[in-house]
Amino acid sequence: MGENPTDSASVKMTATVSSDDAGSSRRDFLAQGARITAGVGVAALLGNLGNWALSYAADKEPIKIGILHSLSGTMAISEVSLRDTVLMAVEEINAKGGVLGRQIKPVIVDPASNWDLFAEKAKQLLLQDKVAVVFGCWTSVSRKSVLPVFEKNNGLLFYPVQYEGEECSRNVFYTGAAVNQQAVPAVEYLMSKEGGGFKKFYLLGTDYVYPRTTNKILRAMLLAKKVPEASIMEEYTPFHHQDYQTIVGKIKKFSAGGGAAVISTINGDSNVPFYKEFANQGLRAEDAPIIAFSVAEDELRGMDTSALAGHLAAWNYYQSVETPQNKQFVANFKAYCKKNNLPDGDKRVTDDPIEAAYFGVHIWKQAVEKAGSIDVDKVRKAVYGQKFLAPGGEIMMDPGNQHTHKPVLIGEILKNGQFKIVSRSKGLVKPEPWSEYTSPDKGCDWITHQGTYSKKG
Amino acid sequence: MALSRVRTGIVALIFAVGLCQSFSVQATDLDTVNFSSVASATELEDMRARVARLAGEDAAVQQQALRALVEVGDVATLDRLEQVLENADRATRVAVKPIKTLLKNKLSLTSNDEAVRRAAASDLGASGQAVAVPWLEAAAAREPQYWVRYAMEESAALLSLVGEDPVARAAAARTLGELKSQNALPALKELAQQLSGGAGALNANNLVRSAVTTAIERIEVWSVWAGVFETLFRAVSLSSILLIMSLGLAIVFGLMGVINMAHGELMMVGAYATFMTQELFRAYLPPSIFDAYFLASLPIAFLVAGAFGLFLEATVIRFLYGHPLETMLATWGVSLVLIQLARVLFGDLTAVTAPAWLRGGAQMLAGVYLPYNRLFIIVLSIVCVVGIYTVLFCSNLGLRVRAVTQNRNMSACLGIPTRTVDAYTFAFGSGLAGLAGCALTLVGNVEPGLGQNYIVDSFMVVVTGGVGKLAGTIVAALGIGSLNKFLEPSFGAVYGKVLILGLVLLFLQLRPSGLFAVKGRHAD
Repeated sequence: MGENPTDSASVKMTATVSSDDAGSSRRDFLAQGARITAGVGVAALLGNLGNWALSYAADKEPIKIGILHSLSGTMAISEVSLRDTVLMAVEEINAKGGVLGRQIKPVIVDPASNWDLFAEKAKQLLLQDKVAVVFGCWTSVSRKSVLPVFEKNNGLLFYPVQYEGEECSRNVFYTGAAVNQQAVPAVEYLMSKEGGGFKKFYLLGTDYVYPRTTNKILRAMLLAKKVPEASIMEEYTPFHHQDYQTIVGKIKKFSAGGGAAVISTINGDSNVPFYKEFANQGLRAEDAPIIAFSVAEDELRGMDTSALAGHLAAWNYYQSVETPQNKQFVANFKAYCKKNNLPDGDKRVTDDPIEAAYFGVHIWKQAVEKAGSIDVDKVRKAVYGQKFLAPGGEIMMDPGNQHTHKPVLIGEILKNGQFKIVSRSKGLVKPEPWSEYTSPDKGCDWITHQGTYSKKG
Repeated sequence: MALSRVRTGIVALIFAVGLCQSFSVQATDLDTVNFSSVASATELEDMRARVARLAGEDAAVQQQALRALVEVGDVATLDRLEQVLENADRATRVAVKPIKTLLKNKLSLTSNDEAVRRAAASDLGASGQAVAVPWLEAAAAREPQYWVRYAMEESAALLSLVGEDPVARAAAARTLGELKSQNALPALKELAQQLSGGAGALNANNLVRSAVTTAIERIEVWSVWAGVFETLFRAVSLSSILLIMSLGLAIVFGLMGVINMAHGELMMVGAYATFMTQELFRAYLPPSIFDAYFLASLPIAFLVAGAFGLFLEATVIRFLYGHPLETMLATWGVSLVLIQLARVLFGDLTAVTAPAWLRGGAQMLAGVYLPYNRLFIIVLSIVCVVGIYTVLFCSNLGLRVRAVTQNRNMSACLGIPTRTVDAYTFAFGSGLAGLAGCALTLVGNVEPGLGQNYIVDSFMVVVTGGVGKLAGTIVAALGIGSLNKFLEPSFGAVYGKVLILGLVLLFLQLRPSGLFAVKGRHAD
């Protein structure tokens, strides 16, 4: 009974559909027409009654939202924190009276780091639990796997992790960074005088869609900036790769004479052996800094950071960002983890995806309030241009391309697993789902166009 | 009065270099900071003047100011620089930053820490500041440690290479050739290109050119040999890791015929035992002996994993002997349970900090490091092999194990308690897995899925070697490890791995029972 408005709409629908089957003779037509009119009237009345009943019950009926993060399997290490964050944001909103006077009720499912299960669980959330919105996914593979489910059923997904771009779905809001908000400015920083004026780049990544696409864009960008082909190396390792001897040896040779930087899109558990080998073979951050796009505070707290200190990372938020709302946010998060007896309690840290997951919930709440409804299409339109004072500073949802305007921060890894911010962008960077380097003629807009469009046309 | 003189001096200076906007701030700042010492105030003024010139436009003036600043450079200069920079504008700070690093590095050359001296030397070499040459030469003359001296000489030569004097340049090129400096190769090549270009007709240039070409040749020949040596070491290192992972499996799968899918999780148990030992040392013992935790964790990991194995054998595997499929499924289930259990118990906050004596590496040749952790694993795997052979061939238990492996029924008839022997053998194999897990914490990380990363490779080694033959496992580990490392440089990590799997598949097609097949009738 929760979805009464849609019920009454479907009654009307069937009524109009049956009118198309009107009989052949005129009298039949008239008689049937009268019956149909009466039917429609009754249906509308029932619908209104339903609506009225619903609005009466609204104070009690909570809004269901879905949380689609792996709680077991390889990705649990990262995704569990996002579930906690979303739950914390929900608790905050509920404590202040919920949305549209209704409480939010989270429905948590565990896709267990299994890409097929992601699609199945998404279907369950949308069709069986009929949630108003889903917060979830981490890896690009999982996002690609649920994408058709959300598009087919017109669901709404808030995706909180930086990704490779080249996507422009009407049903996804990307609160993480696009490539031009992380990887591209990071390399621009390394090339700048302030960043060290590096001239040679070793692109190293795990072998899957995110590193491959990111490096494709970075290579195009470096070539466009007149870096010679010989000064760019590109290499991939399989998932869970442990033996980095040869690769570090290659980096050593490549960086001899200085001026070289490593751009790492290595993901997950391969990072530790890589950084360890790098340090053990006598390479220092001064010889060749590694700038990483997948190493954040939450991953660092499980690592021995002695080998990582001095290397760089690029994100849109760090726990060390000094804003009053961030201090509050970090304290709240630690308190929340402690209160709920989550593992490691108040030793937990916040990082970029955690912040993105957090403000995603608030953006959705604001949009629902603006739209006055939880209807996906209405909420979606209300999200465009929505602003929120996130822990890292005010962010803005793009007025058309489903992504988020965010600041870009380059940080240096410290021994305690935190980051020292060494460079920050001037203001917010506009997201470009289609990179100007690899797809200069493509754009993404759901207001003036239907999603991805050709700029030439 | 001295102070007023200082102030007028500063006013004039600041006007001269057009920094009038920050005038009042700087003047008052000086009042507060340097009332106490007039001498220091004049020095500060001096410093300010130099800094101002540095931030100026004229390159020659900049160079001169820089030289003046760094020549006298000592701790006090650095301090004064910091003071002056406190309120300086961004342009000045950016201009002075390289000098600050230069001075810091100069001071670090006399540090007591070997690593600091060495880092300073390489940083100076990369800085491109020719002023550093005499410092480096002086430091090299009194440097006791070979590789630090090497870094100093290399940096000095690198800096002289771009100087003016052709004789010095040629000498620098020769030194670099003698040092076989990998770091100098790009610079030398660039120089060779420049010299062979336009103004190469001069005699002086010819001298440099010939020196540069010989140096390049020497370094390149050397780098080929160094590459071969490095690849060999990597091959041995990877082989030792493969070997230590597979030894336990070779016993459990090879000798007992039990397909234990939870073998990787026994490694994980060993790794977590190491982690726990580390945490206990950290919590209850003085920090001075913290580094000994790793030695303590070796027997602990062995015993804990062995006990786990004993328990597993008694509760699951004992009932499934002779049912390989059921064993496989049951142990697969056990492995999943163990993984999730580790996740629940330990979360993801688990890092094993390598003890100080296993961090870094021994430098053998120019540009060739042998990481201590890898050396340690090589030694450990050799010790394990020796240990296993001793147990199997020199002990009572070993005799029984071999007897049961060869003919279970006959052994039982002769009064060997086969079930007990099975249990001990399984526990021994599990203990070896634990030891491997302990060693693996040195190269990788400790996480619940750790065993999954290695289990496939372990099975590959044991099967390729020939089930039931320890020597086969050793040879297979060496073979696969070396092949991997020789293929990786040209094929990359992904295709290297694919190729290895393909080759192993092909090999098993030709010799289905592996390298060292058990000959004759295999009684079972």
